[in-house]
Amino acid sequence: MTGSATSKRFLQIAPALAIIGFFMLAPLGLMAYVSILEKGLNGGVVWDLHTSEAYVNFIFERDLDDSLILNTDYLQIFARSFGLSLLTAALALAIGFPTALYMSMQPEGRRNLLIFLVTIPFWTNLLVRNYAWILLLRNGGLVENLLHWLGIAADQPLGLLYTPYAVSIGLTYSYLPFMVLPIYASLEKLDSRLIEAAFDLGADRRRALLRVILPLAAPGIAAGCVLVFVPALGAYVTPELLGGGKSMMIGNLIQSQFGAARNWPFGAALAFALLTIVLLAMMVYLIRFRRAPAGGH
Amino acid sequence: MRVDVTNPLWRFRGIRATTWVFFAYLYLPILVLIALSFNENRLATIWSGFSTQWYGVVLDNDDIVRAAGNSLIVASVSTLAATLAATLAALGMAKGRFRGADGISGLIALPLVVPEIVTAVATLLFFILIGFKLGLLTVIVAHTVFCIPFAYLPIRARLEGMDKALGEAAADLYANDWQAFQRVTLPLLWPGILSGGMLAFIISLDDFVITYFVAGAGATTLPVYIFGMIRIGITPEVNAISSLMLIVSILFVTLSFLIGRMRR
Repeated sequence: MTGSATSKRFLQIAPALAIIGFFMLAPLGLMAYVSILEKGLNGGVVWDLHTSEAYVNFIFERDLDDSLILNTDYLQIFARSFGLSLLTAALALAIGFPTALYMSMQPEGRRNLLIFLVTIPFWTNLLVRNYAWILLLRNGGLVENLLHWLGIAADQPLGLLYTPYAVSIGLTYSYLPFMVLPIYASLEKLDSRLIEAAFDLGADRRRALLRVILPLAAPGIAAGCVLVFVPALGAYVTPELLGGGKSMMIGNLIQSQFGAARNWPFGAALAFALLTIVLLAMMVYLIRFRRAPAGGH
Repeated sequence: MRVDVTNPLWRFRGIRATTWVFFAYLYLPILVLIALSFNENRLATIWSGFSTQWYGVVLDNDDIVRAAGNSLIVASVSTLAATLAATLAALGMAKGRFRGADGISGLIALPLVVPEIVTAVATLLFFILIGFKLGLLTVIVAHTVFCIPFAYLPIRARLEGMDKALGEAAADLYANDWQAFQRVTLPLLWPGILSGGMLAFIISLDDFVITYFVAGAGATTLPVYIFGMIRIGITPEVNAISSLMLIVSILFVTLSFLIGRMRR
C-alpha cells in the first residue's frame, strides 16, 4: 500500500475514532479519576484532594469520631445484583436453549422468520417494555387474575410488583433474546451427522443431547450467558420500575449518588467497579472460548 | 442444522412447547400494553370498551409533542453524524487487514460493551467538569457515540459481502477513486448504509438511561418524559404514548430488515 493510500485510510477511520475516543474513552478515564477525589460539600468534587474514601465507603462508614464501622448495606446491593443477574442468566438459559434448539431444526425460511421475531423486541423501547410488566404484575393486573382463575393462588392481592421476583421476571424478559441468538448461531452450524452418528452408535436423545449437542453448543451458551449477565448486572430501568426500594441494584445505587445523595466520587467509584467486573467477565469469556486467531470465530 | 424428520430420535420432547412459552413471554406484554391503550376506561387496567380517545389526548399534550420533537431532532442529527462517521470508518477498515485493526474494531464496539449506566455517569461527569452546559447538544453528542457501532456493523457486513473485483473493474475502465466510489461502491453499499442508519435512528429514539443523565432542562426527550409519567402513576395516556413508541420502533425495524435484505 502506498503512503497516500495509508493516510487516506487513516483519515477515513479518524472521525469515528475521535468521537468515541473523545466522548467515551476520555470520560471513562475522567470517571476513574473522579473516583479518587474528595467529594465537595454540595456535590461536585475537590480537584486537588486525592483519597481512597470512595472505595472505603463500599464496606465501611465513618463514625462521628472518624473511626470506621462495618457497613454491609452496599455489599448487600452488590450481592443482590449478582444473585439476580445469575438467576436471570439461568432462567434465560432454561427457556432459551430449548427454543434455540427448536429454531435450529426448522426449515430455512421459517428459521429466518423466527430469528427476526426474536430480534424485534431488542429494538423497542426497554422502558416501555418494562412498563408493560407493571400493568401485568400489579395488584388486580393480568397475572394476578390469571393465577386466581387457575386457582393457584388465594383470592387476595398478591403483591407481585415491587419484589425481587418482579425484577428477575423483568430482567429475564429484557435480555432473553441475547441468550437465544448466540446459542442458535452455534447450533445452526452444527454438523447434524455428528448427532446421527451418536444415534447410530446407540445413544438415546438424552445422551446425544448431553454428550454431543451441549458440548458443541458450549461456546454459544457461554456467549449467551455473558450477554445476559452483563447487562442485567448494570440494569437500571428494570429494578427502578419493578423493584421498589427493597430490590435496589448497583445501577440504582449509582444513579442515586448523582441525584439525592450527591456523592460523585462514590458514584464514580461504583460505576468504575461495575465496569471492571463487566470487562473481567468479557475477558474470561474471550480467553476461554475465543482462542481462535483474532477476527475469526 | 439439517434434520432427518423421519427419524423419531430427532424429536426432542418439550422444545416446541418451550418455544411457544418463549414467544408468548416475549410478545404478550407488548400485546397487552397495545390492547389496553385502546381501552376507553380511565382506570388503565379495567376494560370497558374500545376507544382511540387516549391517542387524541396524548397528541394534544404540548409537553409530549415538544418531547417528541426533541427526540426527533436528537435522533436525526446523531444518526446523520454517526452514519457518516461509521460509513467512512467501514470503508477505511475494509481495505485489507493492518496492524492495530483489532484495537480499532474494539474501540468502535466499546459503546456496546460498557454498561449504559457507566457510560451515562462518565459522560455526565465529563460534560459538567469541562463546563459544557447540559442541553440538547450534550444529548446529541452522547447519542452520536453509541449510534456509531449500530450504524457501523451493517455497513461493514455489506462491504464484506461485496465483490472487490467490481472496484478493480472500474479502475481498469479509467475511473478515478472518486468516480469508482460514487458510481460503483456507493450504489452497492447504499442498502447497508440505510439499514445501519435506521438502526442508529431507532436506538437513539429509544434511549433512556444515557439521555436521562445528560439532558439538561428543556432537553427532555420522549422516553425521559414517559419515565416521568410512569413515576406519577399508571394512566391511559402512558399506555397510549408507550404503544405509539412500540409501534413506530417495530415498523422501523421491519423496514430496516427488509432494506438490508435487498438484492446484493
